[in-house]
Amino acid sequence: MTPVLEVRNLVKDFPGQRAVDGISLAIPQGSFFSLLGPSGCGKTTTLRLIAGFEECTEGDILLKGERVNERKPYERNVSTVFQNYALFPHLTARGNIEFGLKRNGATNISRRVDDALKLVNLTEKASRKPAQLSGGERQRVALARSLVLEPDVLLLDEPLAALDPKLRKQMRIELKAMQRRVGITFLLVTHDQEEALSMSDQLAVMNQGRIEQVGSPEEVYLRPQTRFVAGFLGAVNWIGDVGIRPEATKIVEHAEDGRPRTVVARVIESVFLGDRVQVLVKLANGEQAVAQVNRGSTTFQPGQSVQICWDAADEMKLP
Amino acid sequence: MKLRSWFLLPTWLAMALLFAAPLAIVLAYSLLTRGVYGGVEHPWTGESYQRLIDPLYLVILLRSFIMALVATALCLMFAFPAALFISRTPRHKNLYLQLVMLPFWTSFLVRTYAWLFLLRDTGLINTALQALGIIHEPLQMLYTSGAVLLGLVYGYLPFMVLPIYAILERLDPSLMEAAADLGARPVRTVFSVIIPLSKPGIIAGCVLVFIPCLGAYLTPDLLGGGRTVLVGNLVQNQFTTARDWPFGSAVSILLMLLVTALVWVFLRRQSEQLA
Repeated sequence: MTPVLEVRNLVKDFPGQRAVDGISLAIPQGSFFSLLGPSGCGKTTTLRLIAGFEECTEGDILLKGERVNERKPYERNVSTVFQNYALFPHLTARGNIEFGLKRNGATNISRRVDDALKLVNLTEKASRKPAQLSGGERQRVALARSLVLEPDVLLLDEPLAALDPKLRKQMRIELKAMQRRVGITFLLVTHDQEEALSMSDQLAVMNQGRIEQVGSPEEVYLRPQTRFVAGFLGAVNWIGDVGIRPEATKIVEHAEDGRPRTVVARVIESVFLGDRVQVLVKLANGEQAVAQVNRGSTTFQPGQSVQICWDAADEMKLP
Repeated sequence: MKLRSWFLLPTWLAMALLFAAPLAIVLAYSLLTRGVYGGVEHPWTGESYQRLIDPLYLVILLRSFIMALVATALCLMFAFPAALFISRTPRHKNLYLQLVMLPFWTSFLVRTYAWLFLLRDTGLINTALQALGIIHEPLQMLYTSGAVLLGLVYGYLPFMVLPIYAILERLDPSLMEAAADLGARPVRTVFSVIIPLSKPGIIAGCVLVFIPCLGAYLTPDLLGGGRTVLVGNLVQNQFTTARDWPFGSAVSILLMLLVTALVWVFLRRQSEQLA
């Protein structure tokens, strides 16, 4: 099956800087795909190239197998949810949602807008202007405004970044549920690895304009292919050539004799985090490591001599 | 008195001396009797205001309104695209802004005279057209309503460009992208998004252009040659040739009341819309 969106060797040069450096992606119809990376890695530029706000220097963008490089934003059947939502302040929630439908001469506008308002649970607030809506409500208007057009791909640029942390976690679940319900392909850009891991079917980890790894959340978290991916998706203890996640790092006072994958260490500090305890240790070679242990298990005092061990299955072997 | 109030003292003084006092004098003059050699004399009378009802003056007033309205509309038509261009251009923004303000570097009088030299029968335009053989008799351009309109639009165009530019400059570019993203072509985006959002700048510009155009006397005097009498010329005439200071004052007061009422209604409607 043709991927709904494909980019081939995409390159974007800005004066004195290459923002996107040869990216290739194929995004299957109906999936939730994320571009994850630190700020300045080129993920937002990639999104803007797909939306048509920027012209690529090299490469191709294909929507449903058709090359769309030369098409203007208003000629591409993709829609963007902007980081700041970019709602029209002079229009009501309804007016904002109608905007796209009126432009493409759709029929049944009022019924479709009603449906969209219902989808995002804003029927009662349809006649309010953006300034009279909360951050979360504004975000839902922005979503409805794009979804009502039934785009081939919905592009989301850090859509949760402007929300407060509690609402952000709740919206992750809602966004994922909404994507399943409407069946539209979502392409999300984020720098928040938890966000990408929790919502995506597949994600691409980007660094310095390139893709480091593409895979399912489990794959990129458990089997990272580069040190960058391993480190960006979560904390890693580097012990020699292998990396171990803190939650897979065990800490004991005395390991059984001859147990492989064991090193001696000294406790620097132990931090109580409520649901778990984090123990910071110093290894014999001078490097530091973090182990997560259950609350209520043995307590570790600074200066105490301990041993760190792990299982072969938890090892991340990286070049 | 609080310290903050002391800081406002110079402003209050300036307002009292330069605004309230002259206004009071004009108001008083308008209610006095005309002096034989100009100036004013006792007794107090409302006669000047009674004379204003004359259709002759109402026609002048109406003509001035229409002239100011057309000049404002033309200014808006030219200024909006210019302001939009300057606000969106990636480079040389300051250069373009300087060019808009360049005319302010010379006196308005001198610039109006320059138009005189361009438009008159033996002026640059007529001479050039004749030399090229396009016309044989000089075109009557000077001393027409068109020349007055041209002078007004030319003179007040920057006052329209700058407030609109100030609004457009602050407009979030992602709104334009959002409009394109939702399927709006550039022209559609201008009418559905940019113009509605730049309304405060458009209103400020219109007020800034309309009011001075309504009271203009230099431009109609020089470029209209006294043939197109506007209310500004009427006032000027009363104080100079006609030597009727009370009547000139009454015309000024009437004009001021009309403008104040107009602007007040306009701004109130605007704030109601915003609320």
